Amino acid sequence: MQEEMAAAFHPGNALVASGVTQVLWLVPALPMLAAGAIALLKQPRRKLSAGLAIGSLSISLVIALIAFTHVVAGWASHVAVRETVNFTWMQVGAAQVQLGWVLDPLSAIMMVMVCCVGLLIFIYSVGYMAHDENFTRFFCFLALFAGAMLGVVISNSLLLLFMCWELVGLTSYLLIGFWYHKPSASAAAKKAFMTTRVGDVFFLLGMVWLFAQTGTLLFYNGGTGSMEPLALGGLLATPSVWGLTAAGAIALLIFAGAVGKSGQLPLHVWLPDAMEGPTPVSALIHAATMVAAGVYLVARVYPLMSAGILPGGSTTALTVVTWVGAITAVFAALIAIAQDDIKRILAYSTVSQLGYMMAGLGLGGIAVGMFHLITHAFFKSLLFMGSGSVIHGCHEEQDVRRMGGLKHEMPWTFYTYMAGMLALSGFIPFAGFWSKDGILDAGKGWEISRWPFYLLVFGALLTAFYMMRQVSYVFFGKWRGQGHAHESPRVMTVPLVILGFFAVLLGFIGTPVWPWFQSFLGSSPAHFQFSALGESGSLMASSTLVVLAGLVLGWLLYGNKSPKAEEPDALERAVPPVWVLLRNKMYVDELYGVTVIAFYRWWARVSDWLDRRVWGGAVAGVALAFRGVAHLNRLMDVHWVDGGFDKGCEELAEGGGLLSRVQSGRVQTYLRLLALAVAVLALFLIWSSRG
Amino acid sequence: MNGIHILTLLTVLPVAGAVVALLAGRRARTVALVTALAALALSLYIWTKLPADGSIGLVERATWAPSLGIEYHLGVDGLGALMLVLSAIVTLMSVDAAHRVHMRPNLYFCMVLLLEAGLFGSFTALNFFHWFLFWELSLIPAFFLIKLWGGAKRGPAATRFFVYTMAGSVALLIAFLAVYLATGSMDFEKLTSMASTGALGQAVTMHLGSVMMGGGVMKWLAVGVLAGFAVKVPMMPFHTWLPDAYAEAPSPVTMLLTGAMSKMGVYGLLRIAVPIFGHQIAEMRVPLLVLAVITVVMGAWAAAAQKDLKRVFAYSSVNHLGYCLLGIFVLAIPAAGVAAEASRAAALNGVILQMFNHGITAAALFWFIAMLQDRSGGERWIDHFGGLRKPAPVLAGMMGIALFASLGLPGLNSFVSEFLIFRGVFPLSWVAASFSILGLLVTAAVLLTVIQKVFTGPVPEKWASFPDMHGGERLAMAPVIGLMLLIGLLPQLIVNTVNPTVVYLLAHWRF
Repeated sequence: MQEEMAAAFHPGNALVASGVTQVLWLVPALPMLAAGAIALLKQPRRKLSAGLAIGSLSISLVIALIAFTHVVAGWASHVAVRETVNFTWMQVGAAQVQLGWVLDPLSAIMMVMVCCVGLLIFIYSVGYMAHDENFTRFFCFLALFAGAMLGVVISNSLLLLFMCWELVGLTSYLLIGFWYHKPSASAAAKKAFMTTRVGDVFFLLGMVWLFAQTGTLLFYNGGTGSMEPLALGGLLATPSVWGLTAAGAIALLIFAGAVGKSGQLPLHVWLPDAMEGPTPVSALIHAATMVAAGVYLVARVYPLMSAGILPGGSTTALTVVTWVGAITAVFAALIAIAQDDIKRILAYSTVSQLGYMMAGLGLGGIAVGMFHLITHAFFKSLLFMGSGSVIHGCHEEQDVRRMGGLKHEMPWTFYTYMAGMLALSGFIPFAGFWSKDGILDAGKGWEISRWPFYLLVFGALLTAFYMMRQVSYVFFGKWRGQGHAHESPRVMTVPLVILGFFAVLLGFIGTPVWPWFQSFLGSSPAHFQFSALGESGSLMASSTLVVLAGLVLGWLLYGNKSPKAEEPDALERAVPPVWVLLRNKMYVDELYGVTVIAFYRWWARVSDWLDRRVWGGAVAGVALAFRGVAHLNRLMDVHWVDGGFDKGCEELAEGGGLLSRVQSGRVQTYLRLLALAVAVLALFLIWSSRG
Repeated sequence: MNGIHILTLLTVLPVAGAVVALLAGRRARTVALVTALAALALSLYIWTKLPADGSIGLVERATWAPSLGIEYHLGVDGLGALMLVLSAIVTLMSVDAAHRVHMRPNLYFCMVLLLEAGLFGSFTALNFFHWFLFWELSLIPAFFLIKLWGGAKRGPAATRFFVYTMAGSVALLIAFLAVYLATGSMDFEKLTSMASTGALGQAVTMHLGSVMMGGGVMKWLAVGVLAGFAVKVPMMPFHTWLPDAYAEAPSPVTMLLTGAMSKMGVYGLLRIAVPIFGHQIAEMRVPLLVLAVITVVMGAWAAAAQKDLKRVFAYSSVNHLGYCLLGIFVLAIPAAGVAAEASRAAALNGVILQMFNHGITAAALFWFIAMLQDRSGGERWIDHFGGLRKPAPVLAGMMGIALFASLGLPGLNSFVSEFLIFRGVFPLSWVAASFSILGLLVTAAVLLTVIQKVFTGPVPEKWASFPDMHGGERLAMAPVIGLMLLIGLLPQLIVNTVNPTVVYLLAHWRF
């Protein structure tokens, strides 16, 4: 249906770039330059570093907004804007390795989101990190992150995207390990980098394969890009292993990269540990933007993912995306129920919501997944920053059982947090409701299987439940912590209020009645369709009931109970074995510990043993044999092996310093023997060739 | 031929510097620094004077011993010139790092400069005899540098290094004597063109066919040549001399060993083995590829088991050069067509760039290890460090960049070459690429563990006042770090000069 409507749109000329597209590179470059400048500053320069980071990102936001209005203007006059600037990076053989950037609805909307959320979190960080001795370095890393992330967003080349993608991974590593004196932070940073790298090596393979097949890594290049019909047709016609086309196999390899970055099963284990980083980092990188990069990547290469799709059908790649997303959504939501660390609950919630986005992409396409990505970015960063405010107010306490009753002490944090919590739970009419409902709606219509739909509905129930459990512990009941809690400073609460505003209202840009977001991304006109309310009304009603059920259940178990920290959890009393399983994160870390990590260590030892014993042993054996021969030949040359050589060296060390002495050393004996042996062999060869 | 024999001049310069250094006593390091700087300037000048079509330029030719097929024949193309620049940079870095040589500094720097001369000579020679002379000549100073200035177990390490490499050299020499007997030539270009028409194989079989059983003479000669280079690179399992030599050599010498001398092996494969024995390598490509993959994967994994920082990076070097081997042997896989040609060009560009990148990065890493050793009283046990980022943030930052370069982070140099190698290898042998990708993972784990154990965690009391890099050291290292960034962002600075040579070589090689 969307495609029919899109026919009314003129495709923009990809090779003609407007002024704003020409300077679009500034959007990532400015924060990166700021990062470079801060790195070279003599530490510590608090005000200057924060000013540079915030200033550069503000200019980026302005450029992003201009670009966004440009795309919207194009959309309003029925032009599907897609402008690119491509250039050759290097010439390899006869082929060119090209890089470039692209302005289209997808990159425009993502760019604005990253700049907006990023800017708010930068400002919030000024308050949150005020007493940290490495304040300057923090802003250096934050700015570098923003630059790299924006680079991922505007890339028109899979290679450039991959490069920025890895840089994003680096900044994530640096920021998780920001408090590097803590061994747990340092270990979490390494775990994050390694786990995502597992996905990335598959991504790399997919990338070189795509490059080899299509001869380009540009997405769009006026018909010759790798995401354009010509290249995709070739990929579809090329068979590969296990009955997949080359398109399907490459799409799956690239998706593996997204699995790592977006914390999908089975590579989700790093994200909860990433909460070792400062809370603004968790909000910016491990909730709103970087982890969403995987989802964005799938949306970016969606033409490849969906290559050869039939109406009502799916492709292997999209089916895999859907299943991975749906299973992750439920799996992580289950674990979130049994966590006590305020940030860990949110971390598992993020994993779960990323699963929703993936499932949305697989079930309903770019717009469905991306809509949830955008709304989630706002309400989840709100929740993380709210939790940061709570942690701050409770003197660095993170255990929800040692909080309670904070709604009186921290009213700003409380009301904004509730907005975020209801948005995350998908309560009508908060932002998350509309985006999550889009995914459920697509799931209901999926013809391959109904199970993803059921899983996602179950996940919605769980989400409402664990969020109610969390806010009951934190904001309701009686205060159970140490000391006295206090509200955070204005520099932290103002960003909360702004984000809260988005958490309430953002959903209205993509309701079934006025699906502006979906039309914008799909390049089709948006109309008010009140009839759509009737079509999806029953689903909306039932999903609202599910969410209500989750909230009520949570309230019944946890509301106003204010249990002591030492008391067992309400759920623990009800179903102990399930609780233990969930509490221990389904033992995935332990499983990896006894499989992958144990294998890694064991194989390292095997390699070392092979080296010392087998290869080294063989060499030692040969040496021994030679030594034996040498002893037999002792009469010929007593000093050949034992004496001559070592003695010559010692003499050199102790004796002369002049070159003449070096030359008169016994090395010559050694070389002479070698020459003799060679001469004998040469004579033998000559003799036998004559014969 | 123009008036100035610039390649001869380049080789003579360090020899002259060596003589002066020997007589300069305590000021030998200054002499060495000046000489190394001059050599770098000269090599950069040569880099700008290459022929545009990628062929061999700056040729110098003179008869030497015509009756023996020996000729004074020098010349460089993009490959050779890049190696000259690399050798010059690494020597300069090594001299700079060696500021704590108290025992006979004049002899030490004399040896270092002679080693540089050996490198220059072997990267410019185009006649086997001449090349072999320098190949062996570079071994002698390296041996003494390990033997006299090395660590506790320097004696056995040096002997093993020398004997092992010598054994490889003997295999090489025998093979080339046989080739000379059959063809009467030792000239690389002539032998390459004979090999490409098949005349070489015929001549060898005709003259020497009766020596060996059947017609497999060429194959045995190829095995001999490959063995010589396999030791030098090294390719597993011919690498067992390396960990001890790298660990026992003083760190500035290890910089030379891994940064420049290991490239002689890869260079030899590209200049000698592949052009002349391409057909035989193609026949043996499966075992060779298997060994290359083993070098990549097991090298990385063996590094993971090490506790001595120098041994960690020694094995990591094996792993990184394994990618070069992989990229070279994959060229021999028979596949025709535009796509295969594009893959080969990518792989070979990647290999040559990787040689340079590894040289810079590995030299920088051993430079940092020298620094860690200097400041900790000779400590190199990885578990004995910890938390150094706090007292020495600049050291942690700069070494961190070098470590991430080695790990293949985009934006830094090694990523580009490793990307190009995988770009070339995957379509030609996806199995080899898929196994080798494990090397990327394991290397990352190893290097991050180094960062974790050396730089993070609580600071032990004894390192609480670990001195950070001072101004001079920062200034010395900044250009190297800058170079890593520069190549990572603008690889075309090198690739655009190397690529014509790659195209030229691929057009002239026959497998």
